[in-house]
Amino acid sequence: MPTFVRTEKCDGCKGQDRTACMYICPHDLMKLDKDGSETGHAMKSFNQEPEQCWECYSCIKICPQQAIEARPYADIVPLGASVQPLRGTDSIMWTIKFRNGTMKRFKFPIRTTPEGSIDPYGGKPAADIAKIGEPGFFNHNEQNGYRAGDASELIRK
Amino acid sequence: MAEFGNPEVVQEEVDILLIGGGMACSGAAYEIGPWVQAAGGDIKVKLVDKAAMDRSGAVAQGLSAINTYIGSEQDPADYARMVSNDLMGITRDDLAYDLGRHVDESVHLFEEWGLPIWKTDENGERHDGSKGMTPLKDGGKPVRSGKWQIMINGESYKWIVAEAAKKALGMDNIQERIFIVKLVNDKNDSNRIAGAVGFSVREHKLYVFKAKAILLAAGGCVNIFRPRSVGEGQGRAWYPVWNAGSTYAMAAEAGAELTMMENRFVPTRFKDGYGPVGAWFLLFKSKATNAFGEVYMDRNKEMLDDYPPYGQAAVPASCLRNHLMLKEMKEGRGPIWMDTVTALANLRETLSPREVKHLEAEAWEDFLDMCIGQCGIWAGENIEPEKKNSELMPTEPYLLGSHSGCCGIWTSGPDDVGAPTDESEAGVPDHLPKGWNWGYRGMTTVSGLFTAGDGVGASGHKFSSGSHAEGRMAAKAMVKYVMDNKDLTPELDTDVDALIEEIYRPVRNYLEHKDYSTAIDVNPNYITPRMLQFRLQKVMDEYVAGVATYYTTNEHMLDLAEQKLEMLKEDALKMRAKDLHELLRAWENYHRILTAEAHMKHIQFRQESRYPGFYYRMDKNFVDEENWKCFVNSIYDKETKTYKCFKRAHVDIVDKAKLFK
Repeated sequence: MPTFVRTEKCDGCKGQDRTACMYICPHDLMKLDKDGSETGHAMKSFNQEPEQCWECYSCIKICPQQAIEARPYADIVPLGASVQPLRGTDSIMWTIKFRNGTMKRFKFPIRTTPEGSIDPYGGKPAADIAKIGEPGFFNHNEQNGYRAGDASELIRK
Repeated sequence: MAEFGNPEVVQEEVDILLIGGGMACSGAAYEIGPWVQAAGGDIKVKLVDKAAMDRSGAVAQGLSAINTYIGSEQDPADYARMVSNDLMGITRDDLAYDLGRHVDESVHLFEEWGLPIWKTDENGERHDGSKGMTPLKDGGKPVRSGKWQIMINGESYKWIVAEAAKKALGMDNIQERIFIVKLVNDKNDSNRIAGAVGFSVREHKLYVFKAKAILLAAGGCVNIFRPRSVGEGQGRAWYPVWNAGSTYAMAAEAGAELTMMENRFVPTRFKDGYGPVGAWFLLFKSKATNAFGEVYMDRNKEMLDDYPPYGQAAVPASCLRNHLMLKEMKEGRGPIWMDTVTALANLRETLSPREVKHLEAEAWEDFLDMCIGQCGIWAGENIEPEKKNSELMPTEPYLLGSHSGCCGIWTSGPDDVGAPTDESEAGVPDHLPKGWNWGYRGMTTVSGLFTAGDGVGASGHKFSSGSHAEGRMAAKAMVKYVMDNKDLTPELDTDVDALIEEIYRPVRNYLEHKDYSTAIDVNPNYITPRMLQFRLQKVMDEYVAGVATYYTTNEHMLDLAEQKLEMLKEDALKMRAKDLHELLRAWENYHRILTAEAHMKHIQFRQESRYPGFYYRMDKNFVDEENWKCFVNSIYDKETKTYKCFKRAHVDIVDKAKLFK
């Protein structure tokens, strides 16, 4: 399901050097056609290698103009379906349109804390350098998740 | 002014370099700060990622489950036993056990950071992760979709983990869109790491890093075999298409010992979209059948007796489940169906209408969180799972060390679990360690070179959470290594100009020859990375047990593969790059070739078929416990450009008999 960019919606992220989709694509597929020489559409982005698209939807989810969609792989899927998200800060909404016109909508949570709110070391103890050679992490079971295990299970000790 | 063909060269010296930005390096980036502080604070750490950390690595798209969560009710030894049996008995118990005791610490942090984790209430009803129920850390009950798996609302899983990593390490110490393509050994000690080189895929800049310690965690390997879909659909790999074997190839060239590179994973998934089946089998209790509605795991169950003891555990090894399914396909009783209709009908009998609606959403979320393309296929083919069953299909082979696979790098394990301190197999090269730990957890056999996640071989089943935990263990050990080697000054064994020339060669090939022909893609002086990849995939598919031969090969076919790969490796020097994007592809494909060669050489060396259902050596179509219940390891000689394979003895550290009671 390679992604494609809607010509009338893409604004090239307003003339910045890089677009949001270029920033995020894990496989370096999205490209800004600055002068229109590659697509005929200057200052709009496009998927430069659609047969390498994992359809991870990272570009679709991040696009500020909602200009990117996916068209199911032409070598596999019958025409007419679409799967489109709208990602907010705490949830994502999905609209699924079937070939036969059936529609489904779902909403799922994506995060329980405000975006950008993580305080990585807040409330955590400092590392104890004397323990650097021992099992366990710097915060020393502060998360109550270290499973010491039944020592008798280790048959060679 | 730097331009294409005339790049700027940036040289930088750090103490610790983290290569990759997935779960393992995100874990390392988080854990390392407090240890650096505790060590006095003057250790410089840098992370480079070829993509953007918010969406890089195998978790980029999200996940619908965390597949490794031990919980308070299970023991790390149980986990090590499961890992061992699923991988046909040959894994490092020390690594799996160590991961098992650490992994939940990371899972609990994910929840603290904001990852929604499903919970079960006191009535046994399940709730999504947004309801503010008791966190796992304080005794909250997860929704188990299997013995080791817990369900999450994981669309933003990587986004959340990356936020913590980026804040912890600081964006000043992180550079995105830098692709490291080669490690450099030390001038004064050929078995020590000294640096790494690569390039920006955004600017005309080449990077030369010097470092005392390096964490190489750049994922597994995808697309070395011809995929079942060869048009647009070839991007729809099961594992992320950007995992190019960089971890294995760069480690091999640096002299690190590889292990179990013969292992592969051939997941059985929903056909074409490769949507996950775990929740369907384990949560929705669905059955897989042949065309006539017969459950092949029942119909063919006596085939499990051919492979004692691995077929006789409560959950037979993954490869054996494929083995039973392939019999149906080969004997003409396909297609294979996932019977979603019956499974959902059975569940509806006991559920309220509200719960049924919730169940439908759960089924779709399972795909939408991690494999959206499968929804596109269901929508395009008008498949509603309660009304119409879906086909299953075994995929093309994948190489990885974090999912149900165990290829990777031989690494130093924990020293407190009773792991061997000596080696009983003859033939291990003298310069390599004898026992299973050599001072620093997660270090490869090259001093200062560490790995985690898909990089750590002979373990497996660590998945997202385990990879994060493994990155944290390596981070801590790297700080110790740097503290213990304060006076070390890394010196590159290769001249910077020579390194630059090498990594920029595809660009030079292009600029020198591009005007020889009128169409730039057809030119006798160079090969495009895309065509080189097709050639690799054709060789691997047809000779090294790909889908074309139903995963079968033999020594004669492997000999041919070896000859063809040798010429392919020579031709890799003639790859062209017409822009930075193609330079990225060129180096990814070079890494794929070295990884594919290791896979082929290991299969050739192991005189048995250890993973029936994943591959068959038809000339040795049996499991030989007496002679081959051992690790196959290898080292690569970068001068002769050849792999040398050898055995290492397998030792149990936990009692496996408990699997079969």
